[in-house]
Amino acid sequence: MSGMSATFDAATIAEIQRAADEGIYAIRGAGAKRRVPHFDDLLFLGASMSRYPLEGYREACGTDVVLGARHAREPVVLDIPVTIAGMSFGALSAPAKEALGRGASLVGTSTTTGDGGMTAEEREASDKLVYQYLPSRYGMNPDDLRRADAIEVVVGQGAKPGGGGMLLGQKLSERVAAMRDLPVGIDQRSACRHPDWTGPDDLAIKLQELREITGWRVPIFVKVGASRPYYDVALAVKAGADVVVLDGMQGGTAATQAVFIENVGIPTLAALPPAVEALKELGVHRGGVQLIVSGGIRTGADVAKAIALGADAVSIGVGALIALGDNSVRWSEEYAAMGTVPGAYDAWHEGRDPAGISTQDPELAARLDPAEGARRIANYLRVLALEAQTIARACGKSHLHNLEPEDLVALTVEAAAMARVPLAGTTWIPGKDTPA
Amino acid sequence: MSTLDAPSTVVTLDRVARTTRDVNAVLQAAADGHRFRIAGPAGEHALAAGLTARIDVEVDGHAGYYCAGMNQRASVRVRGNVGVGVAENMMSGRVEVAGDAGQSAAATAHGGLLVVRGSAAARCAISLKGADVVIAGSVGHASAFMAQKGRVLVLGDAGDGLGDSIYEARLYVRGDVAGLGADCVEKPMADDHRAEVGALLAEAGLTGVDASAIRRYGSARALYHWSTS
Repeated sequence: MSGMSATFDAATIAEIQRAADEGIYAIRGAGAKRRVPHFDDLLFLGASMSRYPLEGYREACGTDVVLGARHAREPVVLDIPVTIAGMSFGALSAPAKEALGRGASLVGTSTTTGDGGMTAEEREASDKLVYQYLPSRYGMNPDDLRRADAIEVVVGQGAKPGGGGMLLGQKLSERVAAMRDLPVGIDQRSACRHPDWTGPDDLAIKLQELREITGWRVPIFVKVGASRPYYDVALAVKAGADVVVLDGMQGGTAATQAVFIENVGIPTLAALPPAVEALKELGVHRGGVQLIVSGGIRTGADVAKAIALGADAVSIGVGALIALGDNSVRWSEEYAAMGTVPGAYDAWHEGRDPAGISTQDPELAARLDPAEGARRIANYLRVLALEAQTIARACGKSHLHNLEPEDLVALTVEAAAMARVPLAGTTWIPGKDTPA
Repeated sequence: MSTLDAPSTVVTLDRVARTTRDVNAVLQAAADGHRFRIAGPAGEHALAAGLTARIDVEVDGHAGYYCAGMNQRASVRVRGNVGVGVAENMMSGRVEVAGDAGQSAAATAHGGLLVVRGSAAARCAISLKGADVVIAGSVGHASAFMAQKGRVLVLGDAGDGLGDSIYEARLYVRGDVAGLGADCVEKPMADDHRAEVGALLAEAGLTGVDASAIRRYGSARALYHWSTS
């Protein structure tokens, strides 16, 4: 419409007026919603005269991955290279956590705890459970550490590199508060930096301690938010990580300032190639230190593209919540009552989730049947694997890990430069051979 | 009171002849009641970490980072100084350091008692979750940062930013406090607080201490809810 500003568009005007009304920044859940270069901007070339495809349904195409054989006596062996990312009991309801664990177990993959510790239900439901070791150390317990199948030292996450978590009072129920040693109902802040180590040299000693306490049995992952991935991945490897988890800015959060989510960190697509470059330079790519990438993984195509660019596996968070029923049209009336619509609901911090996922309200949480949720999670994970296999076979690959950057082209100059693959129809990789 | 007064029953683990892994494996597999002495610790990291049984361990010298980390039930006494993170995330038991401690002593500790006869560096008792911490000397800056539960008694001075963003931990300092952190305030000493200090001193085995100058600090609870003011 004539007179409308591209700079002060409707959303911007609404946010300025909200700020003027309330006097405090906006808090929300989920990851970056702005348009950024992503896996959608890449295409696979597929087999043709010079490449030999595999039959799309029957011929074998492996999906398994081994995580953490660098130091651990018992690495994590997954049937599919798609894991469930760390999400806390507190941010999520107990039935949601149970559903994630049961669903992941049905298809032979892992799930992950979150800020606030491990629940007994979650451990029981998960065949392979990764225990997050976070700056806050809420609920951190050496017995749980020894019960875990892997440990993930969280340095940061893609939605907020450099920031700590928050859990607003309406979700800090008696059980959640007790697990975190906090007063019930306060607006909880999580520490943004670890309390007893600073920098990669200290981290190496911290990893030694964690290995000593767990008898060098389980792998240790180090998770970083995507900001300076080349250096962060190299330093994580130097510190002794068995696995590096790299989370792009589209990765979700339970609650963070909107300005933080949308303006700090870099997209998953931009972060992945520098991370792989660091692993290759250190001689640990594909066989030494595994790379798990997360942030905006939705489809099997995303899985295949991440692996083709060098990831060993991916993690899903937001996608898993959507599979459970988050933002479903089934809850349209209740979303409308909260002033939102399916697809836009992100007030996960308020604890009023009609789908029973991001809530601690017993009545809302009871809407989520863990068995049905597990079935949906398992189905979604199976589809991701099947779709990735479909693409891999079309490219002539008998294992997902045989996908490679040569199988990809980019649709935009930006994506070509970030992914370091040619612009479609050309041999041009912007920035290639340009001194750093 | 430590039970390390009967050296004839103590099993000596020579850290020079054994790896840290070997030493820790012996300690982690020990049953209640056993006593050990780690000879030649030489500043090694993660010594006596992850103990779970009611055993007595004497570290005969200086230890590195994370000595007695995540301790459960064991009694660990260090006849020297320790590096960063002594007794970090301790759940129960007792850790005593004859000398000084580096940064982040008793970080996130949930239970048990840490006693440092000397001083502790910055971030002592950071994110404390329920343990008791008694420091005979002074503590560095940002001590008791985000401390949630538990008690901290410092007989010397405290550095700047004491108790920044503190929750419900209770802080007692006898000497000067260079500065209080956000939302940390001085609170009046009542009889039950004086009794609490006396009990902590007794538990720590510190006798003849003049506690009359000890002052109490804790949360103003003004940051418990998001606010623009």
